Amino acid sequence: MANLSGSFINLFAALLLLIAFAMLSQRRILSLINLFALQGLVLTASTAVVAWSSHQSHLYYSAALTLVLKVIILPWILHRLIRKLNVKWDVETLFNIPTTMLIGIALVVFAFNLAAPISQMAGTIVKSTLGIAMACVLLSFLMMITRSKAVPQVIGFLAMENGLFFAATSATYGMPMVVELGIALDVLVGMVILGIFFFQIRETFDSLDLKHMEKLKEE
Amino acid sequence: MEIFWILAFPLIGGLLLALFGCRSFAPELNTLMSFGTFVASALLTARVINDGPITALQGQFFVDSFNVFLVALTAFVAFTTALFSRPYMRIEQAHGKLTVKMLRLYHSMYQLFTFTMLLVLLTNNMGIMWVAMEAATLTTVLLVSLYRTPASLEASWKYFILCGVGLAQALFGTILLYFAAEKVLGAGGTALLWTHLDSVKTELEPTVLSLAFVFLLVGYGTKVGLAPLHSWLPDAHAEGPTPVSAVLSGLLLNVALYVVVRSKVLVDGALGTHFAGDLMMGFGLLSVVMAAFFLSRQKDVKRMFAYSSIEHMGLITFAFGMGGAVATFAGLLHMTVHSLTKSAIFFAVGHATQKSGTQLMENISGLIKTHPTIGWGLMIGTLAILGMPPFGVFASEFLIITTAMHAYPWTTPFLLIALGVAFAAIFGRVQKMVFGETSGKRLPHPPALLPVFVHLALVLLLGLYIPPYLADWYRQAAALIG
Repeated sequence: MANLSGSFINLFAALLLLIAFAMLSQRRILSLINLFALQGLVLTASTAVVAWSSHQSHLYYSAALTLVLKVIILPWILHRLIRKLNVKWDVETLFNIPTTMLIGIALVVFAFNLAAPISQMAGTIVKSTLGIAMACVLLSFLMMITRSKAVPQVIGFLAMENGLFFAATSATYGMPMVVELGIALDVLVGMVILGIFFFQIRETFDSLDLKHMEKLKEE
Repeated sequence: MEIFWILAFPLIGGLLLALFGCRSFAPELNTLMSFGTFVASALLTARVINDGPITALQGQFFVDSFNVFLVALTAFVAFTTALFSRPYMRIEQAHGKLTVKMLRLYHSMYQLFTFTMLLVLLTNNMGIMWVAMEAATLTTVLLVSLYRTPASLEASWKYFILCGVGLAQALFGTILLYFAAEKVLGAGGTALLWTHLDSVKTELEPTVLSLAFVFLLVGYGTKVGLAPLHSWLPDAHAEGPTPVSAVLSGLLLNVALYVVVRSKVLVDGALGTHFAGDLMMGFGLLSVVMAAFFLSRQKDVKRMFAYSSIEHMGLITFAFGMGGAVATFAGLLHMTVHSLTKSAIFFAVGHATQKSGTQLMENISGLIKTHPTIGWGLMIGTLAILGMPPFGVFASEFLIITTAMHAYPWTTPFLLIALGVAFAAIFGRVQKMVFGETSGKRLPHPPALLPVFVHLALVLLLGLYIPPYLADWYRQAAALIG
């Protein structure tokens, strides 16, 4: 049975990596939000499998928390926001997708190398996935750098948090419950504050394009 | 019990002000709540001095001589800033820059911001420290964008994204720390408690801890404003309301550095080498030098003093990085005097910019003619922050530089040149602002300058004479940090 759950976790890890690449190249905001929700769903499934195979009952709670927060509430807030902001059908022009993908592959290799010495020490059955978790974090970071609009940048930020969460479950069977709850609260409050912020930005600049916001720098 | 009140006052204050923030008594309520926090922290300080370190709530909260002095400092400066912000924000309102609704947001977030900082300082759980630090970012994002001008929105977006990404690194560092701790302490809630980690620090896996420290230093270092991760700091200071600049510079940077130092203690124990200290010295020295050279290019007065904060935080990080009894003592003293002096300067600068209607230094002049107290406050504050004797900043900088001369002689020229450049840059500009002719109008409300002079008097006192119990206290804290 341990073999089977191990294969499932590897499958989910591969899916997460695939979704991270898909997000990197996705131009439409609406599809980006759906990809983010899908990422949350895969994360929930993998956390539940880890919980089942390692008999760590607190991981069931964090799987449930992930499901509620990242698959239901956050995508719902994002959908509402883009409808109200009228950017639902926005298509972003991305600079040179093939190059971005190649940089992404280099980042994955780097992440695996960085994680190798640590995964060897991990006692969990899912140690090989730590490299993938780090790769997801770095890919989301790359996504934040390449985007010039506010909403995709925030989705990149949330995806980065997903990668960190995956790192925590794969290396240590999750953080203590009180910390996980605190992180979830921060993410939720952060999303609400950003929602207010989007409206302020649009009111002032008449757009959510961040290229208007490059005035403050050292001459 | 004191811990409960320290956290309860700002939290309840934040909620009350969210409800009643539109009433005319909101600034007074804000001050009252900050005063309550300050009294509670004074009682806690007295207890820790008498009884030694205390833990509460099954070890979830922990107070020793290192964090108790930061708790007292944070509560004190938060209180004096609330005193300052009462007339300051009234003048802003009279100038038509703020509406009642914005003031409600401001007061509520001010209290919640104080709450998150005190939570970082009091908690024993490294995970909760991260959560509270992130919450501190979230509360200040809305404070920085309070004026809703294009520049302030840009500044707070930059602040949010940079500190958010920075803190994501710190979270990864915390995960790695937990990963190492879990092997020794077992899974569950206690493996992230600092006191537990401290007791087993020699058994923690060195490779994991050194990697964790790199992530923690880069992550929390973004929040400290260490170069090259500092670029959010001048923008946030210049575009946010002045009381917020004062607490950002005076308190938040200290609190972020506190977390770095707590992590350093663990890493030093696990590695037994000077690895963490070397990293901190490198980042600190780079910040000092870089900030000094950016100082001379500034046109905006709040931006200039923000760069000065980067310089001083770099100096403190450098001092903690060197380690040893004297350098750590000097670092702690410098934390205290920098916090007091820099917030006093921001108070004076705030009123000066209100009077001149601009933050551009070339358009501010003759402060001493119309408002001698603002002028003198700014002048004395500047002399103090530049390290002139007999102020406390001189004492701590002197200790840091003499230790550096003994232990790391090659750093001395960098430090001395940077301090010299900073002196020339700041002093020349402040002199032009304070003296000379003016056409500025008088302010619609009397300015609040009591906090400025209270802070400066304390800094002067610390330069002339450090009371024995305070010196003991610093020494104990320095022994804890090592």
